[in-house]
Amino acid sequence: MQGLFSLIPLIVIIPFAGVLINAFFGRLLMPAQSSKAPGVIASIIAGTAFAIAVLMLFALMSHPEGTEVPFLTLLNIEVGKHVLFVPWTFKVDTLSSVMMLVVTGVGTLIHIYAIGYMDYDVDVKAHEWGLSVADTLDLKRRRYSRFFTYLNLFLGSMLILVTGNNYLMMFVGWELVGLCSFLLIGFWYDDPHRQANGVFKGIENAAAAQKAFIANRVGDFGMLLAIFLIFWTFGSLEFGNVFARAECMKESSQAECLTITTTGLPRSDASEEPEDTVKPAAEAAEAESGHEGGEAGIFTTPIELGPGTLPLTAIVTAITLFLLLGATGKSAQIPLFVWLPDAMAGPTPVSALIHAATMVTAGVYMITRSNVLYHMAPFSADFVAYVGAATALVAATIAVAQFDIKKVLAYSTISQLGFMIAAVGLGGYIAGIFHLATHAFFKALLFKGSGSVIQGMERGMLGDFRGGHGHDEQHGHEGHDEHHAHVDPQDMRNMGGMLRKMPLTGWTYIIGALALAGIFPLAGFWSKDEILLDAFKENTVIYIVLSAAAVMTAFYMTRQIFMVFFGKPRTPAAEHASESPATMTAPLVVLASLSVLGGLMNLPFDGFHQLGYWLEHSVQYAHVGSFNITVALISTALAVGAILLGWLVYGRRPSTDPNAADPLAVAGPVFTFLNRKWYVDELYFAVFIQPYHAIGNYLANVVDWNFWHNFVHDSIIAEAFRAWAVILSKPIDQGVVDGAVNGIASLVNGTSREVRRTQTGYVRNYALLVVAGVVAIMVFLVVRFLIS
Amino acid sequence: MSMETVFPTFLTVLLAIPVVGFLVIILTPRTQENFIKWTAVFFTLVTFVVSLALLSAPYQSSSELFFAGAIPWIPTAGISYALGVDGLSLWLVLLTTLLGPIVVISSWTAVEERVKEYYAFLVLLETAMLGVFLAQDMFLFYVFWEFTLVPMYFLIGIWGGSNRQYASIKFFLYTKAGSILMLLAILFLGIKGGTFLLPDLIGMDLGIGTNAARWLFLGFAIAFAIKVPIWPLHSWLPDAHVEAPTAGSVILAGVLLKMGTYGFVRFNIPLFPEASQFFAPAIAVLAVIGIIYGAWVSFAQTDVKKLVAYSSVSHLGFVMLGLFALNEIGIQGAILQMVNHGLSTGALFLMVGMIYERRHTRDMAQFGGIWQVMPVYSALMLIVTLSSMGLPGLNGFVGEFTILMGAFNSSAFGFQLAGIPGSVLLTALSTLGVIGAAIYLLTMFQKVFLGPVTVEANRSLKDISARELVSLLPLLVLIFWIGIFPSPFFNVMTASVQALVHALPAMAVLP
Repeated sequence: MQGLFSLIPLIVIIPFAGVLINAFFGRLLMPAQSSKAPGVIASIIAGTAFAIAVLMLFALMSHPEGTEVPFLTLLNIEVGKHVLFVPWTFKVDTLSSVMMLVVTGVGTLIHIYAIGYMDYDVDVKAHEWGLSVADTLDLKRRRYSRFFTYLNLFLGSMLILVTGNNYLMMFVGWELVGLCSFLLIGFWYDDPHRQANGVFKGIENAAAAQKAFIANRVGDFGMLLAIFLIFWTFGSLEFGNVFARAECMKESSQAECLTITTTGLPRSDASEEPEDTVKPAAEAAEAESGHEGGEAGIFTTPIELGPGTLPLTAIVTAITLFLLLGATGKSAQIPLFVWLPDAMAGPTPVSALIHAATMVTAGVYMITRSNVLYHMAPFSADFVAYVGAATALVAATIAVAQFDIKKVLAYSTISQLGFMIAAVGLGGYIAGIFHLATHAFFKALLFKGSGSVIQGMERGMLGDFRGGHGHDEQHGHEGHDEHHAHVDPQDMRNMGGMLRKMPLTGWTYIIGALALAGIFPLAGFWSKDEILLDAFKENTVIYIVLSAAAVMTAFYMTRQIFMVFFGKPRTPAAEHASESPATMTAPLVVLASLSVLGGLMNLPFDGFHQLGYWLEHSVQYAHVGSFNITVALISTALAVGAILLGWLVYGRRPSTDPNAADPLAVAGPVFTFLNRKWYVDELYFAVFIQPYHAIGNYLANVVDWNFWHNFVHDSIIAEAFRAWAVILSKPIDQGVVDGAVNGIASLVNGTSREVRRTQTGYVRNYALLVVAGVVAIMVFLVVRFLIS
Repeated sequence: MSMETVFPTFLTVLLAIPVVGFLVIILTPRTQENFIKWTAVFFTLVTFVVSLALLSAPYQSSSELFFAGAIPWIPTAGISYALGVDGLSLWLVLLTTLLGPIVVISSWTAVEERVKEYYAFLVLLETAMLGVFLAQDMFLFYVFWEFTLVPMYFLIGIWGGSNRQYASIKFFLYTKAGSILMLLAILFLGIKGGTFLLPDLIGMDLGIGTNAARWLFLGFAIAFAIKVPIWPLHSWLPDAHVEAPTAGSVILAGVLLKMGTYGFVRFNIPLFPEASQFFAPAIAVLAVIGIIYGAWVSFAQTDVKKLVAYSSVSHLGFVMLGLFALNEIGIQGAILQMVNHGLSTGALFLMVGMIYERRHTRDMAQFGGIWQVMPVYSALMLIVTLSSMGLPGLNGFVGEFTILMGAFNSSAFGFQLAGIPGSVLLTALSTLGVIGAAIYLLTMFQKVFLGPVTVEANRSLKDISARELVSLLPLLVLIFWIGIFPSPFFNVMTASVQALVHALPAMAVLP
């Protein structure tokens, strides 16, 4: 079986090969406007990566303890008793295999979906901008190949993140997916459409991309500090070593524990060693009982850090809190979640893949991976749970008051990520990963469904202009005019009755929404229930907060379903909407099936719990959940109640006017507060962004330039230097320094052409004088010293 | 450790090749512009190829000087002609020889006046810079150090922008002001020790007190600090960078600034280990201020070149922090980061020069949407920007990460605050610079490359030419190489850095 494991580097290499193919040859592969080669290639590559992930699954079935496959040595620097040894080694274990399957599986479906989506997208843009046939082809070649280059790059980067065996490789992947996110959010950076506020849409997209990158950089700050602390505490960045040494340091001294090695090169007996790190289920359960007691000890083992020492508990608490800061960036939690809603500026397949199903779950993966450390730092673990729960609720309240179909889903994603983070904070690692997987299914489904709806609206607006292509652009333009005024195709108020126009999209969407709302027996029911059960047992406050968030979830999804799919079309665009092509709807059907059946992977009954037992092999402190009929009934009742409420408000008497106020607007300022997203963006602008600009400008213009450069240097120092130099050696330096002073004078006093001309002519003379001066000083000094 | 009394033939040849090029160019009639350009390409390229032979020595296993030799020059004063290369200087020597042909190629169409003198100075400058990195005699070092000023002065003063004279004179005088102090320190040391040979002086008991050693440290340190430049001695840098022609900026950022940081590793740390520890906290604090200040001031610039210039203050703050962490990881990271900065910032200046040649402005408000017009150029610019920002997978990250890792656990920064070691606090503050870098670089990228094209003159810009691509490609290859597979670059310096660190007295451990 080791043979199969050794294939693992391919899961990263193949996507990167795809990047190179599409980056260098993508355009050449598109001779005609209907060519879709880059998309097909990228999809095949994603499919191949999925196949490798499946092979790993098979390999793990017979060797569930997993293995590590070395690939490259990145760093190997000896320093005192530590060695900064960082390999790029692949870790194949049950946890990473779940992540690989989700990433490549959902990834492949989204690649396929994007083949059609991005093709249509260019046609719409070309039509709107009135491009000629040749320009359209050029635009398509560029955009289409660029898109799939990025998408493969993302896939490879995400796989680096989840397969690395150490914190540095995880961070490398972490950053690279951030880059892809940046590139894809800003994908439409060139959109020349001027917004109502006078800003180009393209600039707004680019700004959203930048916001995402910088918010994530704030998180990276935490990640980096955590990594430094981990290395100097445990002497390694490799997960196996770190966790084994952490366990050891609970009782023994740092120096003793630093000798433990569970991973690293060379690996002589790979099949036996993981036993050290991967505790069998019984032991994990034993450890868990300590957790349930709520009094994991304080570890006072002294840890050397710089010139001092600190107790182990303090350090591990710091590490885990810094890691959490990283997670709040990538997984869009309070306080760094603000970038994710803006990230919807990217194409919808990107929202589905990166900003819903995969990249944003990296924080959940990272905390799960670090479960040993969180278990040692109960304060941090609780903190994680509170952050997650608060995010779940806050984001859910915002989602209730949004009108943009994708914004609702974005806040929903933040909220659901909050559920996962809360789960892992409570020690419910299996519940967290379980929800990560089911959420990937139904949220990818919902995003892709929303993309299908948006393009349906665009078709409704523009009519079948594509048939007119190849004839002349004029025709297309007329088509545009004779159809309907431009309405925002993402605004749910402009929709209505779409179920009839787009039945496949509609029904799959409804399945996704029900799964998200946690309706029995869909996937979301099982995973959310497991989280709620963990909260129920561990922390009542969090249980209540999460339940409230779950109610909101069911409500805002109902609101969305009724606004989009039921009632009567409220605009001509919705009236003329039509169903999307099969490349887009087929993935919807697949994801809908997964959203229905996803719960099967971890049913909470004896004899099932497959995911739980699977993860126990790699997550030391995982505990298999149970089923509690009370919790299940309560949550089902809440969800059904919220759906009924949603129906009462939005379904019973559907709005027919796109300009009508939302029924909830009766709540007045509360609704506005939620609609404006708790004014968090405004707050951050006032507290961080504006001061940053102001201080930057002040430093640059006043402090650095006017004061330091102009006043201190060009006035005071220049004058003093001149005086000193004249005293030192009058005849030689006069020319030079006068030249300097003249130069400055001429600069300051506005240039006298006369002076300038003279100077240009004599510049060489000055320089020669300077050289002569240097030599003279040197000779003078040397001679004097030698004589003395 | 004493140096063998042999003539350092190989290194002398290396130094001489550009000089021969200089002579050929000088003897060529000024009308033969093409011949002059090709001569410059030829000699800088030959220098580079010959310098690759330096890689053959076993740096991994020994901290000694290779290709070394010393012969008396002014025997009565103990001054020798001594050259050598070790793990501390190897990469900087190769960086210098690599940038040689690159700057020549990049000047091809940018320089149209006094072509002969221009290329003559350009190749001559290479010898001067190589001399700085190869010299093992303090006096010889000083001569080369001063010698670099002359061609650079002319490059800025003749072929620079509108305020070139002001900038060139300022550049000259500031460096000069520092180097006079260094000269005094060198003379004092040389006379006290009876020799100017650096390997002989290192570890020699000169019988000078702690205080004297600290003053001597400062004598060197101020000269180097101005060159780096360490905050707040950076005032000359934006002037010099903005006014210098592209090639001048590339060399300035790529090599001349490194002479300062290199000076600290080559002279201050081994000659004055106690003083190095004494001053380490102060230097680290200045470095951290530089990191944050540089990033913040860069952010507020409107001139791309000035933005990149200030970013150097930030980047070199990282280098100084790593050096004065005084441990293996920090110093290795710092040396690699010197090279990285040369590659990334060098490439940034090259690319800013390309667009300046097309539009004759560096005001970011004049751009926007360039990605649509120049897609290849823009994609490459993105890579270089990301490298400068420290994105993993590219070179900058490896250097920054290693530096911060070293600084985090350094015992050199002494103090504690509320039980948290100073090293941790300073590193945490420096890590904020990582956020700052993303802010100013992405803002620049957005202003210049993203959005729709708004200025009509930008619509017809030509994408990167084959010649420009050739000048950039070697830098890009190294940006990826160091980023993905850095261990060969570290292995070479390990032995030398270990020797350097082990020679430091044991540092006090706080309770």
